[in-house]
Amino acid sequence: MGAGHAHKLYRHGHSPVHGLPPHTKLAAVFAFVVVVVSTPREAMWAFGVYAVLLGAVAYVARVPAGFLLRRLLIEVPFVAFAVLMPFVAEGERVDVLGMSLSVNGLWGAWNVLAKGTLGVAASVLLAATTELRELLLGLQRLRLPPLLVQIASFMIRYGDVITDEMRRMRIARESRGFEAKGVRHWGVLAKSAGALFIRSYERGERVHLAMISRGYAGSMPVIDEVTASRAQWTYALALPCAALAVCLLGWAL
Amino acid sequence: MHVPDGFINAPTSAATGVIAAGAIAVSLRGARRELDERTAPLAGLVAAFIFAVQMLNFPVAAGTSGHLLGGALAAILVGPYTGVLCVSVVLLMQGILFADGGLTALGVNITNMAIVTTVVAYALFRGLVKVLPRTRRSVTVASFVAALVSVPAAALAFTVMYAIGGTTDVSIGKVATAMVGVHVLIGIGEAAITALTVGSVIAVRPDLVYGARGLTHKLKLRVNGELVDAPQAEPEPAPVAARTSHRKVWAAGLAASLVLAGFVSFYASADPDGLEKVAADHGIDKRAEEHAVADSPLADYGVEDVDDARLSGGLAGVIGVGVTVVAGSAVFWAVRRRRSDSTSPSDTTDTTDTTPSTSTTSV
Repeated sequence: MGAGHAHKLYRHGHSPVHGLPPHTKLAAVFAFVVVVVSTPREAMWAFGVYAVLLGAVAYVARVPAGFLLRRLLIEVPFVAFAVLMPFVAEGERVDVLGMSLSVNGLWGAWNVLAKGTLGVAASVLLAATTELRELLLGLQRLRLPPLLVQIASFMIRYGDVITDEMRRMRIARESRGFEAKGVRHWGVLAKSAGALFIRSYERGERVHLAMISRGYAGSMPVIDEVTASRAQWTYALALPCAALAVCLLGWAL
Repeated sequence: MHVPDGFINAPTSAATGVIAAGAIAVSLRGARRELDERTAPLAGLVAAFIFAVQMLNFPVAAGTSGHLLGGALAAILVGPYTGVLCVSVVLLMQGILFADGGLTALGVNITNMAIVTTVVAYALFRGLVKVLPRTRRSVTVASFVAALVSVPAAALAFTVMYAIGGTTDVSIGKVATAMVGVHVLIGIGEAAITALTVGSVIAVRPDLVYGARGLTHKLKLRVNGELVDAPQAEPEPAPVAARTSHRKVWAAGLAASLVLAGFVSFYASADPDGLEKVAADHGIDKRAEEHAVADSPLADYGVEDVDDARLSGGLAGVIGVGVTVVAGSAVFWAVRRRRSDSTSPSDTTDTTDTTPSTSTTSV
């Protein structure tokens, strides 16, 4: 169950970023996002520098720009929200192209757009260069409770199975002429969800029994323990450190 | 409702992160009790289920469709602790893998969507099940109400966080009205689907529904045409007299918590507006014209004749709760009547893709 389960967001590669131990990458991304969020929004140039930093990481990781940009589309709902902000926020107003916009709202929109986009880009880079199993191991190395990591790993492993189960049910429904058109069909969808729950739960029980019969005693054995050398940590933390320098400059200027 | 980075400022994100971590620590302990020894695989599978169910789109009106949040559903099906864990894990994975919801906003997202929805839904559900008669139908009713309230409750929680640490000064009354208004609508869909789902699970495997534990009837044997209690294999459940006295306590508690919720939401939304009074004064004229355009009755009610920002913010919250209850009961009756009138079309479609026993048992 290891090799064939690379998630769709992962881009296989052998770049230096791919080779870093997962927990250093997780720590670096998290620190980077924290630094970005605590940058004052007035320091516009700082966000430009952050973007350049991320671009450099993407270049080193050999993640093509098109891939990164396409993944950024997940942010679209918030862009819509951010666009609304200048219209509803309060305070001093300015006229832009004949529309009265709130200065504060404009800053707020910029704030959410810039920070949100940088955050999403950082996560996308992380997901693109780290395998799932590694990611979970990294979380465990970062002292996330083992039980939580196990739940997450089961969720990831069986997510596709359950989703496929749901897809089969949908195909079964549709091939019998069902089309969810309105409120009247909620019952059918809900019954599908109910059946899906029963199937997932029963599968969980079977998996548990199978695990017990193979000697599971409450914790998973870790066979591929990864450790990070000082050099690797330095390498990974170069990103958030550079960002921190920019952030401090942003506050100082 | 996945909050991105930069939406809520850093201190508030950190504080909610601490809250989320604490709640998860408590849930980790509680989940072991709910699921015996099977925590990891079962909770993982349930998380996968929630993940899948969030992709199940249901049509709302012409063209638009919504999807489940699943907090209430998880709490009722597998218990509150496991529910919190499962939804949190789903959110964590969505944040890290799919970049859906910011990493620094993880605390905000988990607090809102995993903890508030689950806890509110389960508390309400428990209370209602205690108050209502002990039948399967009341479990369905209770899950409807619980899911209905849980979604606007999460919206309110978000508004509170926004009031404390929002990065833009959109007035809190506006945020509250918009968030609660929209989420009451979402809540209705969520409630209907949750109730129907719980109903369909209860029809097939009532033992799997955590919220319906203790509703099993005593085993009866028909001996010479009359029903006789089967000999007890396990100790008796609590006697009936004790339960009815509990029922009053629960009813009082439920009423008190509703009143409290109203007041808390009032103060929570009123407080920061006091701080931003100047900003609010600027916005009042704008706000009046905006709400004249909005055709949601809630939006009209909230601010039409109350121009004080504090009051209108609080009112919107209280009215939100009121509308929730009224709309909830109305929709519930409508849905139930329709279901009892004609269950056949949905049942026949369903026969094919669920377990065979679903078709033979009606909810």
